[in-house]
Amino acid sequence: MQFNLLNYGNSRSFPEPHPLLDSATPFDASQRDIAVLVGENAGSQLDQVVGERRAILVELYTECLGVWTGESRAEEGSNVLGFARFRVGDDDPSDLVELVRQPGTSPEAIAAATQLFESAGFTVAVCMDQAGRIIDRLMRPYFNEVLTRLDQGLATASDMDLTLKLGLGYPEGPIGLLERSGLHHHYDVTQALFEVYGTPAFAPARRAAVAKQRKDFEDN
Amino acid sequence: MTEIKTVAVAGAGTMGAGIAIVAARAGFDTIVFDVSDDNLEQSRVQTEKFFARSVERGKLDPQDVDQILARFTRTSDLKDLASADIVIEAVFEELSVKQDLFGRLNDICSASTIFASNTSTISITEIAAGSGRDPQVVGMHFCLPAQLMKLVEMSPGMNTDPAMFTKAWEFCEALGQIPVKTQDSPGFILNYFLVPYNNDVIRLIEAGVAAPADIDAAIKTGMGYKMGPCELLDLIGLDTQVLLCDAFYRVTHDPRATVPPLLRRMVAAGRLGRKSGRGFFEYEGGAMFGA
Ligand SMILES: NC(=O)c1ccc[n+]([C@@H]2O[C@H](COP(=O)([O-])OP(=O)(O)OC[C@H]3O[C@@H](n4cnc5c(N)ncnc54)[C@H](O)[C@@H]3O)[C@@H](O)[C@H]2O)c1
Repeated sequence: MQFNLLNYGNSRSFPEPHPLLDSATPFDASQRDIAVLVGENAGSQLDQVVGERRAILVELYTECLGVWTGESRAEEGSNVLGFARFRVGDDDPSDLVELVRQPGTSPEAIAAATQLFESAGFTVAVCMDQAGRIIDRLMRPYFNEVLTRLDQGLATASDMDLTLKLGLGYPEGPIGLLERSGLHHHYDVTQALFEVYGTPAFAPARRAAVAKQRKDFEDN
Repeated sequence: MTEIKTVAVAGAGTMGAGIAIVAARAGFDTIVFDVSDDNLEQSRVQTEKFFARSVERGKLDPQDVDQILARFTRTSDLKDLASADIVIEAVFEELSVKQDLFGRLNDICSASTIFASNTSTISITEIAAGSGRDPQVVGMHFCLPAQLMKLVEMSPGMNTDPAMFTKAWEFCEALGQIPVKTQDSPGFILNYFLVPYNNDVIRLIEAGVAAPADIDAAIKTGMGYKMGPCELLDLIGLDTQVLLCDAFYRVTHDPRATVPPLLRRMVAAGRLGRKSGRGFFEYEGGAMFGA
């Protein structure tokens, strides 16, 4: 599929070269192809490409797409979509693309974006423009509970991980996963979610807060 | 190593039938008890079907199956449990029913018999309190379907004798299962995390954030899980999820454990999951359809 690529800094979704990005055609402001903005500054550069394109895709971090498009009356939505490849901490990005839409997003733009990512071998999950999208919103409260219950001595870390692996068919237990991929990242993600939702379930667990403080201490 | 030779399973429902299969397959004489003769008969038929399939799949020889099936006895007379070295109860999830059962078994079984409960949500200490032998009561929570899932969450009650817990643990290993130790607290490990998480999934759908198919695709691809949460909820049964929530909320008062309104509506509408042919997805003859 034809699309234009615009790079605006380091990308969390595409930290390494990827066949999808390599297949991009050079940016041409007059074109109507899909435009993909990647990088940590992608959102802030959105006004560089606004126009009659099939779809304009902006890489997101923890923020909502509405920050870059503006919102009003829950009627926002156009040909602009947000996206992020899901990734836990320092792990490699997964093959999942969370595709972020707004209430008024055009079905054609959603279809075009879905087709682009699927043609590159990604699985696409469409969701509304809400903090945490799908996975972080669902997994982070559960990770918090695991960390809290570990502190409370519900079971050993190995038994908790083993239980969740065997009982639910998870490839890896949550404690192993979080510690391997960087527990301090869990703090950052939950802190951002907590600011939006304000419910205890999203408040960073003590172990994550400690990991974060320790990381800051080590980095300074 | 275990000294246990004879296992009694009380309650021949979904879980009891599976646990009895595990026990007989591991070489134990297995007494299956239920108050309902129909349920006993149904569990016999299911058990024979299960082992017939094991033969078809080449997992067991027909002679092995004959031996395994010969280890079963079935009864609706509680006195027949007198010879059991351990009783695993998988009766209705009601404290009074479980207490009453263990209380009566206390007079029937030998003084050394261990009582194990497969409860999902009730405190082991509370169940033990009605048994007349609380040092010998342990939690042994198998997973559905017990005949296929290796995990058993084991928990001692407040008054459980550590030596008895060790005996039960060794027995669990002799069953060929994998025990993990957890505190006697609501939902142990698995359900404690799963019930509120599943509710969060339902609330995400209710809030219109994502469709069930998108949620399942996200979790499976993003987290590498074998099953998506909506598929899992359909398998557990949405009515069962309501019961679990109610049981949990009563003890934990965790807001995430409250029944999401969408869940109640789906149950009222008869969308119970796989068993009714429709939950978050539609099913026909075991196959899943559409979104
Ligand atoms: N279904 C699950 O996923 C699951 C998983 C783990 C644990 N459990 C627990 O296992 C237990 C049984 O659950 P289930 O799903 O198999 O229920 P079920 O309704 O399928 O079976 C219960 C059986 O117990 C029998 N029964 C009821 N009262 C009895 C009594 N006093 N004496 C003897 N038999 C009696 C019933 O006739 C029925 O056959 C519950 O404590 C439940 O919490 C269930």
